[in-house]
Amino acid sequence: MKTNGILELPDDSVGIVQTEYYTFAAPPEEMRLVSGRMLGPVTLAYETYGKLNGRRSNAVLLLHALSGSAHAAGFNSADDLYPGWWDLYVGPGKTFDTNKYFIICSNVIGGCTGSTGPASIDPGSGSEYGLSFPIVTIQDMVNAQYRLVRHLGIERLLAVAGGSMGGMQALQWCISYPDMVASAIPIATSASLSAQGIAFNEVGRQAIFRDPNWKGGDYYGKTKPEAGLGLARMIGHITYMSERLMHEKFGRRLQNADLFGFNFESEFMVESYLHHQGIKFVNRFDANSYLYITKAIDYFDLKADYGSLAAAFEKVTADFLIISYTSDWLYPSEQSREIVRALRAGGIHVGYTEIESDTGHDTFLLDDRQTQRNISNFLRSQFEKHG
Amino acid sequence: MKSMVDNPAEIRAGYDIIIEEIPLRSRVLDLGCGDGVLLHTLQRIKMIDGYGVELSAEGVSVCLEKGLYCYQGDIDDGLADYKSNSFDYVILNQTLQSTKKPEYVLAEIMRIGKNAIISFPNFGYYRIRMQLLLKGTMPKNRLLPYEWYESPNIHLLTIRDFRRYCRGRGYPVKRERHFNVGDGGVSLPSVAASNLFAQYGMFILDGEKYSGLS
Repeated sequence: MKTNGILELPDDSVGIVQTEYYTFAAPPEEMRLVSGRMLGPVTLAYETYGKLNGRRSNAVLLLHALSGSAHAAGFNSADDLYPGWWDLYVGPGKTFDTNKYFIICSNVIGGCTGSTGPASIDPGSGSEYGLSFPIVTIQDMVNAQYRLVRHLGIERLLAVAGGSMGGMQALQWCISYPDMVASAIPIATSASLSAQGIAFNEVGRQAIFRDPNWKGGDYYGKTKPEAGLGLARMIGHITYMSERLMHEKFGRRLQNADLFGFNFESEFMVESYLHHQGIKFVNRFDANSYLYITKAIDYFDLKADYGSLAAAFEKVTADFLIISYTSDWLYPSEQSREIVRALRAGGIHVGYTEIESDTGHDTFLLDDRQTQRNISNFLRSQFEKHG
Repeated sequence: MKSMVDNPAEIRAGYDIIIEEIPLRSRVLDLGCGDGVLLHTLQRIKMIDGYGVELSAEGVSVCLEKGLYCYQGDIDDGLADYKSNSFDYVILNQTLQSTKKPEYVLAEIMRIGKNAIISFPNFGYYRIRMQLLLKGTMPKNRLLPYEWYESPNIHLLTIRDFRRYCRGRGYPVKRERHFNVGDGGVSLPSVAASNLFAQYGMFILDGEKYSGLS
């Protein structure tokens, strides 16, 4: 048994991990963003688990979704109660087996958990960027990760993997750096977010904009726009779950009473749950980052960027495992199939499975045995082929 | 289309002939690849570049276990994206009779494959005829192991039907290799009156020549 001081850790935990930082693109060598604007210096927060092998052929890059961070697995300190966002998948003997693979995960630029984002200090002004932070795209996130991966001495990644926005980054990696990616595992993702998805993101942003504490993004050191960000998170959470999951988890059950109170206090369990999610989120996330990252997701469109999906994948050489979920209505399976069809037409090796699930978009974050089994088998054969 | 994962006796039929037919290092698409045993064997013995399509999630998972690239989908829709003549061989093994749109599937196979291997249980096999004639019930045996109400086989056909169909559509037939399955799953070539005495029909069609003609 490992221990983190408070809890006894199971043997398949990576244990206590330290977040590390890599800074590059110091002026005058700033990073050029897709928008044309320059950004530098850029810091990426990252964590690694497992060991890079002698041939440097076992590196797997994990790509996080909207609210994720560099902290994918294990605990950051002895009194840390929650493990990393993909702890169910990363560790000794787990799906991303740290006994076999060298796992890297970094916080995206624009993020708020250690990487350069709107809450970072702008060296030009000496205060937080706020809304003067440039708009970043999925492509920019990937370009920054490329610098980190090279810095770690890795010339080719065995795999890039992630769900939702992480899946978008995985696709972009294969397109931007085709020689550096042996395989990709995009999960519950899309080549472009649907109008419905953009609509939900915009409602979330409007909730933040309309919070009087937001003050045009200039709230650092003052009262944070917690109401707006909390509401944005509540809306997001509805889209990550399926109708059936909500029904099974909460139904119409009341939180603290058997009878209606005939007032507007939150009574239904589902209300309490959403409030709880909102409150939990504002403690760990920056409202401006929420704006920037949702915008990056909205802008992602491989068809528009490259003319067509076939054109986007023209130089791609990676082998793919693509996974979607039957109950995911935010990134429906048809959007994964569209990617699969374009890859297949281009003669690329692609495995695709639509996993039966009741748990909606977020299934990839849950302990889903089918997801774990398929990824782990795919990785093993990729390692045999490329490792 | 049905899942073919849980019916090993049926799906092994004709594997040895197919393996013999396919040249080294071919690019092969197996439609309805089930648990991927055929593709996996072809990969080991013939070093093929293999691709599979399978309806069931479990089939896809088992294929991934074997290191195969398999797409979970219905072959009745979803062949349109493949480029013409993009595979050396397209295999449709014991699946034609359960497709919803056999005409469409065959037309797409002829378009995307330079060669096509089509094999199916022969409804003209004498024991099937006898069962219908003498018992007056829908045939149920090792070839067609389902009750009428649960059968995924919705487009049953005979060797003669398929030969006639190919002639009508102008699909060039390279070879016919009808067979019976002997002990241990070995295929025994059918030598005469195949439509009556072969359990399975197998046609090797020339998709490249057809594409040239059309």
